[in-house]
Amino acid sequence: MLSTSSDPDCPLVEFVGVEKVYDGGRPAVANLDLAVRKGEFLTLLGPSGSGKTTTLMMLAGFEAPTGGDIRLGGRSIAGTPPHRRNMGVVFQSYALFPHMTVGQNIKFPLDVRGIRGLEAEARLAEVLALVHLEGLADRRPDQLSGGQRQRVALARALIFRPDIVLMDEPLGALDRQLRERLQSEIKQIQHRIGATVVYVTHDQTEALTMSDRIAVFSGGLVQQVDTPQNIYDRPANAFVAGFIGENNGIPGVVTARGEATCEIRIAGDLVVQATPVGSIAPGDAVLATVRPEHVLTEIGGDIPCNRFSAAIEELVYHGDHSRIRAILPGGATLTMRAPGRAALSQSQPLTVSWCADRCLAFPAEPALAEAAE
Amino acid sequence: MATSSRSASTPGWPVSGAQSRPPAAQGAGGWTWALTAPLLVFLAIAFLGPVLLMLARAVSDAELPSAWPQTAQLLRDWDGNGPPDDRLAAALGTEILAARRAGTLNRVANRLNYDLVGSRSLVYATGDALERGASVRGFADLARIDRRWINPAVWTAMRHAAGPRTSFYLLASVDRRLDGDGRIVQVEREQAVFVDILLRTFLISAVVALLCALLGYPVAYLLATLPSRWANPLLILVLLPFWTSALVRTTAWVVLLQTHGVLNEALIGMGLIETPLALIYNRLGVYIAMTHVLLPFLVLPLYGVMKGISAAEMRAATSLGAGPLTVFLRIYLPQTLPGLLAGMIIVFTLALGYYITPALVGGGADQMVSGSIAFYTNQSLNWGMAAALSLLLLVPLTLMLFAGRYLTKSVPV
Repeated sequence: MLSTSSDPDCPLVEFVGVEKVYDGGRPAVANLDLAVRKGEFLTLLGPSGSGKTTTLMMLAGFEAPTGGDIRLGGRSIAGTPPHRRNMGVVFQSYALFPHMTVGQNIKFPLDVRGIRGLEAEARLAEVLALVHLEGLADRRPDQLSGGQRQRVALARALIFRPDIVLMDEPLGALDRQLRERLQSEIKQIQHRIGATVVYVTHDQTEALTMSDRIAVFSGGLVQQVDTPQNIYDRPANAFVAGFIGENNGIPGVVTARGEATCEIRIAGDLVVQATPVGSIAPGDAVLATVRPEHVLTEIGGDIPCNRFSAAIEELVYHGDHSRIRAILPGGATLTMRAPGRAALSQSQPLTVSWCADRCLAFPAEPALAEAAE
Repeated sequence: MATSSRSASTPGWPVSGAQSRPPAAQGAGGWTWALTAPLLVFLAIAFLGPVLLMLARAVSDAELPSAWPQTAQLLRDWDGNGPPDDRLAAALGTEILAARRAGTLNRVANRLNYDLVGSRSLVYATGDALERGASVRGFADLARIDRRWINPAVWTAMRHAAGPRTSFYLLASVDRRLDGDGRIVQVEREQAVFVDILLRTFLISAVVALLCALLGYPVAYLLATLPSRWANPLLILVLLPFWTSALVRTTAWVVLLQTHGVLNEALIGMGLIETPLALIYNRLGVYIAMTHVLLPFLVLPLYGVMKGISAAEMRAATSLGAGPLTVFLRIYLPQTLPGLLAGMIIVFTLALGYYITPALVGGGADQMVSGSIAFYTNQSLNWGMAAALSLLLLVPLTLMLFAGRYLTKSVPV
């Protein structure tokens, strides 16, 4: 969004070497360096237990880091209690106050700041319009649907114009259709008021569609922080490659390494040309990844390298595309997408191919294999 | 190795379309009623029936009509002005003698004595005279047997006792009586005890409910916020008094609090006091023992309500700018208030009917209404009075019940 207003030199929030260890266990968050720019939508994405929610709770002040420092506008907030941090938090469970009406809920942050009367009413009307809840101010939370409740929670977190809005899986309890609608609504609202949002989710689609930047968490470590496009197209390691979007992972061994390419021998002594990511030398075990949409069938393909005959193991028609699971001669399986109703049948032999620059080679880690299970 | 399209279903556990309901839900109706019928019948026979029969005694007046049926009929027909006519006097004479011979005279004599002290000896003396051969043809004969028959108050008392319904016990339970003209007046000062006892009962119950609230709220909060590995053993400690008989618990307090009991000896031993404190056989002892016995009834409903308040709500309020005190006063307390009120109402209503504890650890001036009920039931055998006092307790209990429902409904839990 407003990339012009974000100034990379002066981040709004900085995590500097932050660590959180619960007594005796392994770190929930380790060695975290992360900057949140003013006005950006930053998503913390990762599987459960990866440390993303702990990071958010440390920022909100509900958890204290066991090491490092968190700064807001350049100043440490380590000693600031959560109610003085001026951050609006939206929880997955909505956390509305059941004994108050919608209006009372939303005005609560104003009330505790001594803002009452006409100004409070004006601001209430403003945020109610923002979240499309006009006329519901007198309802009680238990008279609202899940989507409406989350809008109330959002309005309540916005009305006091916090420095930053924190959202902890806010759409996790909603069904898919509603989730998608609220995704775009939240994004629009954030865009309109220029709010800084830190958003926690385990849903990669949500992260890709909503974020300005994504921080991918795994095992308490940040794996990569980048724009959605870079996260998808240029994953920093095998975990990110496997966690974000759909991907094929083919294990192999490096046989030759050039400046921008390398050769990998995979099962069946097939040789694959790939783009190396990170330090890779001949003899290393690697994982070559290629996304299903980048694997071409014979019909469209005119690619010089990575051209193999394959057998179709499964063919599923999806309307706008067909998904094919193919087996290479050495036994490696590949998932691919063919556009529309491709003129293919299960018995037919197939030639598959993909570009070397679409095929990334990562140092082999068990992480991708785990994530892919 | 495709990372997407992961199947979430576990083998062997079909998830989709698993909408089957437990079969019991469908067959509700006939079977459920049939299964609960034994309990309902048992309750009706063993509980509801006897209670209603007992309570009916508060307004029924059967002693005089059953012993002197004809007199009772004539008394009811009589307007009460002037001296009674001779027919009534003659019937009375006949039936006093008959009742004396049948052995039912003492019951009606006792009944009349509730209303007018001295009536018993008058009836007995008249019976003795009739047995000796005196005959009663009119009012003048009665007056000749005993001068006291001239007193109009005797006849008023007899008219009040003529049944079959009476307001006597109910009025007496609030220190009131009907005078000769049928007006409700206060009883004599030395007989007026029940209003004091009733007020005392309310006061003790209210104080106990308040003490339980003050002591129980922090305990319930602690239980609701501690991790369960700590909360569960503590909860057992709270429940422990539940599993001990009220008698044992109360006598344990006697051991602790008596003049040369554990507490006093310890305080003297430490040199904190020189003479033992009066901790028991007074109001303080009643408060201590009853609060202890009734505390679980406050903690448990409160704990349930507190458990239902999500930590996320507290965190949300905090992040929205509310300090710890504001969070407690604006978010936590209002939501726990229904549980607190429910607990206090339970404690208050249970305390209203408490009998054993005040009897064992209270002094003479600490006895509660149930003590009087027990006295009238077991010792003076005045069941009408016992029933009237019970009714008097039932009224506030019922009011508390409705108040409780209203109060706890006004805040969604």
